[in-house]
Amino acid sequence: MTDTASKPGQTEVWITGIGLATSLGEGLDANWAALQEKRINVDEKGFAPYVVHPLMPVTFDSQIPKKGDQRQMEAWQRIGTYAAGLALDSAGIKGNKDILSKIDMVIAAGGGERDLNVDTGVLTAEAKGANAPGFLNERLMSDLRPTLFLAQLSNLLAGNIAIVHGLGGTSRTFMGEEVAGADAARIALARIASGESDIALVGGSHNGERKDLLVLYEFGDFNLKDKFAPVWARKDHAGFALGSAGAFLVLESKAHAEARGAKPYAKLSSVVADLARRKQPGDMTATLEKLWAKLPKREGKGAIITGATGAEPATSEERGFLKSHADFPVRSTGTVFGHAMETQFPLGIALAALSISRGALFPPNDSTGTEIEMQGAPTQIVVVGAGHWRGEGMALVEAV
Amino acid sequence: MTAPRDKLGRPVVVITGMGIMTSLGAGKADNWAKLVAGESGIRTITRFPIDGLKTTMAGTVDFVSVDPFSSTALSERMAELVTQEALEQAGIGAKADFPGPLFLAVAPVEVEWPQRRELGRAVGQLDITYDDLLRISGGGKYSAYHHRFMFGSVAAHLAETFGTKGSPISLSTACASGATSIQLGVEAIRRGETDAALCVATDGTVNPEALVRFSLLSALSTQNDPPQAASRPFSKNRDGFVMAEGAGALVLESYEAATARGAKILGVIAGCGELTDSFHRTRSSPDGKPIIGCMNKTLADAGMTPDQIDHINAHGTSTPENDKMEFNTTSAVFGELAQKIPVTSNKSMVGHTISAAGAVEAIFSLLTLEHQRIPPTINYETPDPTILFNVVGNKARDARVTAVMSNSFGFGGQNASLILTREPA
Repeated sequence: MTDTASKPGQTEVWITGIGLATSLGEGLDANWAALQEKRINVDEKGFAPYVVHPLMPVTFDSQIPKKGDQRQMEAWQRIGTYAAGLALDSAGIKGNKDILSKIDMVIAAGGGERDLNVDTGVLTAEAKGANAPGFLNERLMSDLRPTLFLAQLSNLLAGNIAIVHGLGGTSRTFMGEEVAGADAARIALARIASGESDIALVGGSHNGERKDLLVLYEFGDFNLKDKFAPVWARKDHAGFALGSAGAFLVLESKAHAEARGAKPYAKLSSVVADLARRKQPGDMTATLEKLWAKLPKREGKGAIITGATGAEPATSEERGFLKSHADFPVRSTGTVFGHAMETQFPLGIALAALSISRGALFPPNDSTGTEIEMQGAPTQIVVVGAGHWRGEGMALVEAV
Repeated sequence: MTAPRDKLGRPVVVITGMGIMTSLGAGKADNWAKLVAGESGIRTITRFPIDGLKTTMAGTVDFVSVDPFSSTALSERMAELVTQEALEQAGIGAKADFPGPLFLAVAPVEVEWPQRRELGRAVGQLDITYDDLLRISGGGKYSAYHHRFMFGSVAAHLAETFGTKGSPISLSTACASGATSIQLGVEAIRRGETDAALCVATDGTVNPEALVRFSLLSALSTQNDPPQAASRPFSKNRDGFVMAEGAGALVLESYEAATARGAKILGVIAGCGELTDSFHRTRSSPDGKPIIGCMNKTLADAGMTPDQIDHINAHGTSTPENDKMEFNTTSAVFGELAQKIPVTSNKSMVGHTISAAGAVEAIFSLLTLEHQRIPPTINYETPDPTILFNVVGNKARDARVTAVMSNSFGFGGQNASLILTREPA
């Protein structure tokens, strides 16, 4: 009912641009090279005992030329605005006013970082006895940076992308952790496939190097602690390692791409999503099977790229699903890039399209044998994104 | 009503159920009675201390209680109540089995001060760092806070309670969010993905930090006394918007599905449009082109011309910039008609319900169509001489209303408009 797939008579949707800024580096070549070398950039000390995948430093100036713009953003927005610029470059539409004035943005976003000093300043003062009724108000009025709010608002990632890159079409921001990334792709695909839209910028960004976020996930004991291990090797040491990443895609109708001579990395054939109740063991596995069955028929050389988090019980539920499709080579983005929440699903689509366009799935990076080698070029890759707490999404990316 | 498809060959999208809550009260009947009577829901804040604040009033919803209190919990409870009201009216599906997807406009979710302070106290030392907070956050004692402060938590709760289908979408387009939720529902029905959609918008975020944030951006009125007179859209002495809480829910259906089950049709969503402004994070492009384009796109989407619009439910925030910009852009689109079409701003009475505003005002627009009576813009004592709207000032006005344009503009360059009609065009 809320699935989108290119139906007969509907236009094909191509992925014509990809922008990546991750813990492995910026751009497609750097990320691809790191994947080939099985490199992982993980920090076990900076946020100890928590493990995070820090952003490989980038020169923001190259995509966000005005320092004033950079100052108006917090890290998550800078990463996203940067990666969005890379995607526009990759699609060859950077600065193309005709196209940028009508491009439709569907962005998956969380919220911006807090000013940790303001928070702890208030708490410390209260611990030391500050208890006047207006104390919190006065401290917030005097200590909060006036524009911090704009760096926190979910829809201001889209806002900043529009300002910095001159986008003037439409702009929608979806929230809701991991599945927001799947829903963003799902709605953008549906709009293009049905002719409501010709071209869309889809993606998200995440700053995983944030203590305020660690607190939120620590409430649920979801953070990976002490020592890194591949996602599939975390069963007795569960958790996700937050990752910093921006991943953006330019989706475009075949006709629109052909008219401007754009070449596709791959086509996005279908995106489906659901909300498993997750009350009983097996609920989530059953939902993943249901989504799998809804995807168009797979007849080519297939593989699976999953955003499995390493958190339990979701990862074990997903393991159950993968077991029944053991003939598909699997790759975990969580192992390599960490968990970038709303961004993980667009990242999965990006890596699927990249693998198809480069004629090879990137090598396994796993000590448990869950990920197996793949010979030959993949023509169909299923992207799986099951939230650490809620929400399941799946996409089919195919060779054109 | 005969045409199941619009001029562009798409399924006509109708409304068959509505639920609403604002600082004026709960439900359509209570809200409408107070709205046309010109009552204000704005009052001095009692929920938390107001010492040290520049703005001390808001349109809070104090008659709904949640325990433990958080803005997200209040948003969720209001959303649940308005959805119940909308579903009762629509009589669609079975209990906990709504036959379509959920599109929820909701304020961005975050850990709030009561919870942060609880953690601070639990640390039990005089100097507190985030590492200290982290040290005590795990172990299951605060697991409920993880679940509460997930961005998707409100939508997941509604989806489970009302049995909506598929993956519920939580969205934010700032002050245009409510309109966007409706737009997403309209598009899903037009694409033929579903016969029905549940569009809900909610905002319960009058808390100290949210108020301070808007205050630091100089967006809020500081005319605290009397609070009822603070929100004065289109007046010369307007000085900012008034934060408010509220929620709205609409059951959308294809005309065909609604008539097939004999549902009462409350109105039609004839058109929707949106256009991004890339000028500035909080200000509109001085030439107004994105807003003008947004209104034009909406008219085109409805297949209508400006002369077919006989009422505008304005965004009308009561900020100096918005109201002037809204008049200028409306004039560019409507020409001289901009000075003839009756215009009103519900925000004069209920304040700015932010994430909920687009849906709340769409519902007020539909009630205007139903009652053929336009609610007033109160506090319209000193008209701004440069805003030549035909403002329905201070007293409700009976009028023949067949098509309403409802506008929403938000931070981050978000512009969205809707056209609501009694019957398919």
